[in-house]
Amino acid sequence: MSKRIDVKDLNVYYGNFLAVEGVNINIEAKSVTAFIGPSGCGKSTFLRTLNRMHEVLPGARVEGEVLLDGDNLYGPGVDPVTVRTQVGMVFQRPNPFPTMSIRDNVLAGVKLNNKKISKGAADALVERSLRGANLWNEVKDRLEKPGSGLSGGQQQRLCIARAIAVEPQVILMDEPCSALDPISTLAIEDLINELKDQYTVVIVTHNMQQAARVSDKTAFFNIAGTGKPGKLIEFGDTHTIFSNPSVKATEDYVSGRFG
Amino acid sequence: MTSTLTPPRKRSALTKGQLPKFAPLVVVAVALVLAAAILALIGFNALGWGILSAILFTIGLVTWSGLVEGSRKAKDKLATCLVVGAFLVALLPLVSVIWTVLVNGIPGLLTPGFLTTSMNGVTGTTDNRSVEEGTRVLGGVYHALLGTIQITVLATVISVPVGLLTAIYLVEYGNDRPLARAITFFVDVMTGIPSIVAGLFAAAFFFAIVGPGTKTGAVAAVALSVLMIPVVVRSSEEMLKIVPNELREASYALGVRKWRTIVRVVIPTAISGIASGVTLAIARVIGETAPILVTAGFATSINNNVFSGWMASLPTFIYTQILNPTSPSNPDPSNQRAWGAALVLIILVMLLNLGARLIARAFAPKAGR
Repeated sequence: MSKRIDVKDLNVYYGNFLAVEGVNINIEAKSVTAFIGPSGCGKSTFLRTLNRMHEVLPGARVEGEVLLDGDNLYGPGVDPVTVRTQVGMVFQRPNPFPTMSIRDNVLAGVKLNNKKISKGAADALVERSLRGANLWNEVKDRLEKPGSGLSGGQQQRLCIARAIAVEPQVILMDEPCSALDPISTLAIEDLINELKDQYTVVIVTHNMQQAARVSDKTAFFNIAGTGKPGKLIEFGDTHTIFSNPSVKATEDYVSGRFG
Repeated sequence: MTSTLTPPRKRSALTKGQLPKFAPLVVVAVALVLAAAILALIGFNALGWGILSAILFTIGLVTWSGLVEGSRKAKDKLATCLVVGAFLVALLPLVSVIWTVLVNGIPGLLTPGFLTTSMNGVTGTTDNRSVEEGTRVLGGVYHALLGTIQITVLATVISVPVGLLTAIYLVEYGNDRPLARAITFFVDVMTGIPSIVAGLFAAAFFFAIVGPGTKTGAVAAVALSVLMIPVVVRSSEEMLKIVPNELREASYALGVRKWRTIVRVVIPTAISGIASGVTLAIARVIGETAPILVTAGFATSINNNVFSGWMASLPTFIYTQILNPTSPSNPDPSNQRAWGAALVLIILVMLLNLGARLIARAFAPKAGR
């Protein structure tokens, strides 16, 4: 239940502004890939093109191909809604639906699409998803309480449970720990390690230690200057990127000399 | 709980150079006495006494504070006096209106049958007799209350879908397109339409499509919805705008379609604000007189059908009872009925405002643990 992603010559635009230029990357199935780079270099923008969330913003568009197991996400007639059921996403700030209980938040992907699901199947899905997000033991006694009553770290794991409840092929995470304390961060990192047994995980992070801890492969993005497009500088095994990068800019960044 | 290290003192060194706590009370007493004394020379009246005391209090307290505490504290006291004064001035007409309506309206409201009978069969002779014989005033507001409720409900049924859908278009689909900007502009223009113009529009509209002289509750409802729609659009738009974009994105990322996201995520999140906005819009139009007068006419008997025949409403009832008393030689019963109707109208508006708060609380996203 996971697919690989191959990106070919992808340019990402906001209106006429070229935000990310010429990305070529091959993301393996059942692996964790981290995107690192300074702020504003287009990591998040690129991540959002992988499940067509980029075009939600007015004027945003892309050129090039993103292949999910060989199928082009941007091919003619492809419904972005279908893409998003296959490629789930977790956002920077935890965003559980405030009007829904914990249980309904997990079932949101099913219920909001008005799919019929029996009570037993729903209970099983809630438990499986919450266990998958390491949250079951903390919330099993208060599933009917609102999701906004949880702590930040719990809310973020609730959002992960919500994302895996729709059983996607790929999970994208946009700085999932940047609003969390170290203990919650650790819980999420452990979770990412478990998730890669079943899913392809792509994570954007500002925290290089985190990238080193959780990812198999790392992609370094950089930007030449304000107003210039971001580019993929180097992509390789996490170990290589952090210990023996082939590009000078990558070495400067991972060793903390800039950014 | 006194400290064992320093001997207990009466005043802390940190509170030096402050006015004592009772200072405002002293200044109030002095101001009241002084104002009374001054007014005694030129003729006493309560309103002048209040205003003069307030002015003297402000001057006294600010000067004293300036002498003892310095200019910063004095400015603070001056600002406080001005703010509280402005609040009292704003409150005065409101309290006065409520008091007047209560005093004049309660006798009418407490007359048996006031809420349950119409004006059908109540003529000048009836009123003359009740004044001469000192019996209770006959006739009531039942027909007008019924008319107001029917017209307002119909106006709400027309305006809420139109207004809410317009707001959804503006916030979710508009994207600052020329059409969205045009709608925003015309909604703003509509907000400023005088209510009589809305009434004339509805009258002319029905004149054109149904026939001359069409005056029914439905025409009045259309006139009121012309006034209501911009209010509903504006308040719903604001409420939809403050729904965080993150929730929409979270929903899209789960593979939920846009319209389902709007119906199942955005609107439920904003529903409390939308509902209270709608209730306030109702409260705004329920007291309209002019548009109803030109669209629904005036009736003295019960009319249960908004689509045929003239219909009474509380504001027009008040208007006609005051302007054309049922018995021109004895206007008192009519006055009593008019004030009673005014009280009923105010109570209705207050209930709506209360309802808006309850709705807002009931629908608000819960944040319990």
